[in-house]
Amino acid sequence: MNIIVCLKQVPDTESQIKIGSDGKSIVTDDIKWIMNPYDEFGVEEALRLKEKHGGEVTVVGLGPKRVTESLRTALAMGADKGILISDEALDGSDSLANAKAIAEAVKDLDYDLIFTGQRGMDDDLGLVGATIAELLGIPQLSLINKVEVAEDGKSVKVDRPIEGETLIIESTLPALITAQKGLNEPRYASLPGIMKAKKKPLEEKTLADLGLDSAEFGEGARKLKILELTSPPDRAAGKIVEGETPQEKAAELAKLLHDEAKVL
Amino acid sequence: MAQGVWTIAEQRDGEIRKITYEIVSEGRRLADALGQEVTVILLGSNIKEKAAELGQYGADKVLVADDSRLEPYTTDAYVSVISELVKANDPQILILGGSVQGKDLAARLAARLDVGMAQDCTVFAIEDGNLVATRPIYAGKAYAKVTFENSLPQMAAARPKVMSINEPDVSRSAEVIDASFTLDDGDLKTKVVDVAKDESGKVDLTEADKIVSGGRGMKDPENYKILEELADLIGASVGASRAAVDAGWRPHSDQVGQTGKVVSPNLYVACGISGAIQHLAGMSTSKVIVAINKDEDAPIFQKADYGVVADLFDVVPALTEEIKKYL
Ligand SMILES: Cc1cc2nc3c(=O)[nH]c(=O)nc-3n(C[C@H](O)[C@H](O)[C@H](O)COP(=O)(O)OP(=O)(O)OC[C@H]3O[C@@H](n4cnc5c(N)ncnc54)[C@H](O)[C@@H]3O)c2cc1C
Repeated sequence: MNIIVCLKQVPDTESQIKIGSDGKSIVTDDIKWIMNPYDEFGVEEALRLKEKHGGEVTVVGLGPKRVTESLRTALAMGADKGILISDEALDGSDSLANAKAIAEAVKDLDYDLIFTGQRGMDDDLGLVGATIAELLGIPQLSLINKVEVAEDGKSVKVDRPIEGETLIIESTLPALITAQKGLNEPRYASLPGIMKAKKKPLEEKTLADLGLDSAEFGEGARKLKILELTSPPDRAAGKIVEGETPQEKAAELAKLLHDEAKVL
Repeated sequence: MAQGVWTIAEQRDGEIRKITYEIVSEGRRLADALGQEVTVILLGSNIKEKAAELGQYGADKVLVADDSRLEPYTTDAYVSVISELVKANDPQILILGGSVQGKDLAARLAARLDVGMAQDCTVFAIEDGNLVATRPIYAGKAYAKVTFENSLPQMAAARPKVMSINEPDVSRSAEVIDASFTLDDGDLKTKVVDVAKDESGKVDLTEADKIVSGGRGMKDPENYKILEELADLIGASVGASRAAVDAGWRPHSDQVGQTGKVVSPNLYVACGISGAIQHLAGMSTSKVIVAINKDEDAPIFQKADYGVVADLFDVVPALTEEIKKYL
């Protein structure tokens, strides 16, 4: 059972997001970068499947050189090898373009399953997984919180929670799964794991290495164009509900919700 | 030239889902701004009788794809049929609902059509004849206004419960058309083998009109009883912070926030929740926010329309009693 896990880096979820002077990008100076939490679920699930069924886990990252850190983290958790797709021409690419580069990098590898996060905690688009699956011509199983691979390694059964129910879906392999919260609790890298990771193979590829034309990437090739970034709309200042006792406050709140907010 | 606003209906077990009315209504507003027609695509099995009624919300035409292989939803079958219809008819705009199914479908369909796609939009507008969408990014810490370039149809999905539903106009009915399409069994690689219904019988958080949420301040899973009582009274669903989910008090499906559900109810009541940035990401587009917390400095108060500084174990039961007087 050979598994590929795609990962990216996103700002730490605690980060303040400041909009740059161009009005179209964010200021990245003070940002701490972390492995996208949904991708971490993918890494963990791949390792668990490997422990059960054998095989190899390859982690594939796309982005600037700093993504190497997250690839090393995944290797320290137990992945076997890494590929970093890094090229200045990728800066500003949209999901379609990024997925094209990743699909190109993995298409000739031997794989049964591919994991991506259900979305990146940055653009919150959730398109890369499906686009990779489309380009590779394999089924996608998105927003999954349980994965079971058949004994013979030829099919997979997954749970997809939707509104009010959970679908249990079966698919042929190879397939691409996008990881949802609830899939697992990712492990921490152990100290021996971190030492071992330093010796694990980590290959770096440019667009030229992948035989891709850099004109099809970057800001200029975007199909989804960013016109402007703005700060979130301010909520009008709220009020603190008055009252001497909790009882009085409750009475006042009920009145406000009924008479003023009209939500009861 | 590409022409028309298309929306994709969502149905389950033969019933039209509410999100469909939201996007058909929004589609109507966009089509009016452009002077174009609204076409709805409705897929399913024996579903045709549900089509004409969509006219009441603004649809001019409903293209019905009826086939036993289109029930239940699978990505493979839906993408195959819809992409064929889109390519044959060349609409300018294609709007989906951002439910779980809608997100899954939109992502693969955009890839098949090789077009840009804006998920989870909270505002749509027409500018210079083109669709412009606004969507939260970085979990709502910023908003991006986006449009499309060399990319038709202009494709986007709406965050559930944000677009307002048109007052149904019973005098209006849509023209119902049988869609012609091909579906190759060889393309269908996934299959829904079972469905596990949610036991709670409560409306899913993403669709709920009202939500009462409890965090670490609830102290014990048993204490959610007081939230359930309030929720039952006002017809709300019960949510939770991650702290409550991680403690094992509530299931993952109840988590609101950046790694949980993004909700936009009319009323969100946060009880014993501090208002961490990752929690706010999931509920800050709620229309009315109430916070009940004993710490007056809790960040949740900065987002709340109504803040109650008090012990939730005193306030929540009292609130339930007080609300009874109005119902
Ligand atoms: C990558 C990442 C993703 C995350 N995703 C999410 C997410 O999706 N959703 C989410 O919620 N969190 C998420 N978190 C966690 C988040 O940072 C907070 O830890 C979490 O939201 C805290 O939950 P809480 O408010 O219930 O608990 P606390 O922060 O501990 O707050 C408890 C509050 O209860 C109040 N309280 C206590 N007792 C009472 C009482 N008797 N009466 C009234 N008030 C009382 C306290 O004053 C306090 O304000 C994420 C974190 C990370 C790092």
